Amino acid sequence: MNDKSITQVLVSIDSNTVLSGARQIKTKLITELSRQGISEEVRVIETGSIGPTNQGVVLGVFPGGELYANLTEEEIAEFVQERFVKGRTYQKRLLAEKLPEEMMLQEYDSRKTQYYGRIVLDNCGRINPEDIEEYIGVGGYEALGSALQEKTPEEIINIIQASGLRGRGGAGFPTGLKWSFTFKEKKYPKYVVCNADEGEPGTFKDRLIMEGDPHKIIEAMVIAGYAVEAEQGFIYIRGEYKLSIERLQKAIQQAREMNLLGENIFGTDFNFDIQIKIGAGSYVCGEETALLNSIEGYRGEPRLKPPYPAQYGLLQQPTLINNVETLANIPAIILNGPDWFRNFGTENMPGTKVYTVLGHVNRPGLIEVPIGITLREVIYDYAGGISSGEFKMAQIGGTAGDILSAEQLDVPLDIQSLQALGHNLGSGALLIMNDSISVAELLTSCMKFFAHESCGKCSVCRIGTEYLYTACNRLRKGEGYADELENMRDIATTMKLTAFCPLGQSVAQPVFSALKYFKNELSKSIKQNKKSFSPTREKNSKVIYYS
Amino acid sequence: MKNLEELKKIRERVKRDLELRTGKHRIKIVVCLGTCGIAAGARESMNTLIDLIAKSGRSDIIVTTSGCAGFCEQEPMIQVYVEEQEPVVYGKVDTKAAEEIFEKHILNHQIVEKYLFTKGK
Repeated sequence: MNDKSITQVLVSIDSNTVLSGARQIKTKLITELSRQGISEEVRVIETGSIGPTNQGVVLGVFPGGELYANLTEEEIAEFVQERFVKGRTYQKRLLAEKLPEEMMLQEYDSRKTQYYGRIVLDNCGRINPEDIEEYIGVGGYEALGSALQEKTPEEIINIIQASGLRGRGGAGFPTGLKWSFTFKEKKYPKYVVCNADEGEPGTFKDRLIMEGDPHKIIEAMVIAGYAVEAEQGFIYIRGEYKLSIERLQKAIQQAREMNLLGENIFGTDFNFDIQIKIGAGSYVCGEETALLNSIEGYRGEPRLKPPYPAQYGLLQQPTLINNVETLANIPAIILNGPDWFRNFGTENMPGTKVYTVLGHVNRPGLIEVPIGITLREVIYDYAGGISSGEFKMAQIGGTAGDILSAEQLDVPLDIQSLQALGHNLGSGALLIMNDSISVAELLTSCMKFFAHESCGKCSVCRIGTEYLYTACNRLRKGEGYADELENMRDIATTMKLTAFCPLGQSVAQPVFSALKYFKNELSKSIKQNKKSFSPTREKNSKVIYYS
Repeated sequence: MKNLEELKKIRERVKRDLELRTGKHRIKIVVCLGTCGIAAGARESMNTLIDLIAKSGRSDIIVTTSGCAGFCEQEPMIQVYVEEQEPVVYGKVDTKAAEEIFEKHILNHQIVEKYLFTKGK
């Protein structure tokens, strides 16, 4: 670039800030700067999410990296005058003196001084997601180049396996193993699918990754394609993610123009291209086999497993399906090696995790932290503590996640520690609640969601979700049957054991954990003299109880 | 994209742009770009400095702007902040002076007395 700019204003344009008027602010900034005659010196650049949410429009001013939030259109003239003409910080809307070098939100808290580094969100809020050259400027597509020119598919799979990377979509399956399954199948063509159907309520990490750094996903998919010998990729993306779709399309276009997608990539005989498939808003389509059905144009209902997608996936061909966040780790692992990756996180689950922290905290937003830090650290060190009242509970991993109480605040957030308690890490949503929320209320809203989203293929889930919803609703009103809690446990157990797909099975998670940690509170919602009609249970039946 | 060399070329091209954002700077040059400064030719001096930095290949030097400091007769004025040293303010910095200050002060840490206006905070 041969422009003369010496100051850059990064305007965070993501789906949150767009709603607060980020686009108008950007236009207004440009007009104001040219009115002041300094548009040559100060360049306005679009970027993805910088980190804080619920803070209106967020701007970063570089060099230095002051962070401004909640700016309104009317203030822009004053802001430009103060900050760029007079060269002073605009105190009124200053959020932080310095954009956190290491990690979003981290600098806000002086107690945290350790350098963690970011892997997934490395470029989010730093580069212009709509400019492929900026991505290349920060080292983008180098992993792809070195993979294609210097490594065999087996070597790449070995690197991923050695890194210990596990899927970040919720189930935590070892990624390298998944790749090796698809690689072993010798039936062509094969496919690579990126699961960007992020439907878990409260989770929006994938959206911010795609909005902030779309090229990273494309690069990772091409690497995956090379490693499993596929030539076609699909990104199955949630239809509501308009901005992500727009930016991914732009990124694919740019990559094609530079021949980073297409034929003979990097002068090798490897070809790969990507298509975007837009979902129509069904929760169950985040389940991999339902997603494949949806891509094929069928009703989004899950398939029976096995056979797994690695053997019979898209169009009955071997298919590799990875979550957005999982893929976002790939280029860095290829470039820096598996040992580097193991510096982060725990032995069993190396790396970082992107969480969306929301609810009753002072600073809701997006953070990327090493796997294994505790809920207490997330709340008090990163999210600025509870905004009002006392901490009561947290639901981790979205609506299908477990409800934890204050006693579990110090449990490390990694798969092994959580599984020891019968819990899952889930997708990365951390919903923090204070004592103003009742457990029955929370459960009701979860169950309402599941009853709505159950696809109806298996009766266990179709009927079970509906029953649990009505049961929770009774508890919410304080009109529970005498044996309500036992009935709920029965239904949830049946669902966990017999539901066709993970949607129905995971409904049990919030129910079990609520019964485990908040039984006293739930019992108070029961009217002892009220009898239930169904389901009937024999006195000495041998029901397998979970947890 | 044929090879890694091509990638490298693009990276070189956008390097300066991205370095502005990485935030590791040892030397900061502030150019007073108020109306008085601009009238006295501050923009030309600033452009000279930017070109010199680009030519030197140094990534730890940044240029920013500020407004009128109240000494309009001294314009164009620049302030030089070197890490762990007290700031130095130069006055009447035309393009020729900018070149000299860059050569002597920025690159070799010698204060150019000829244009010195004041030192310290």
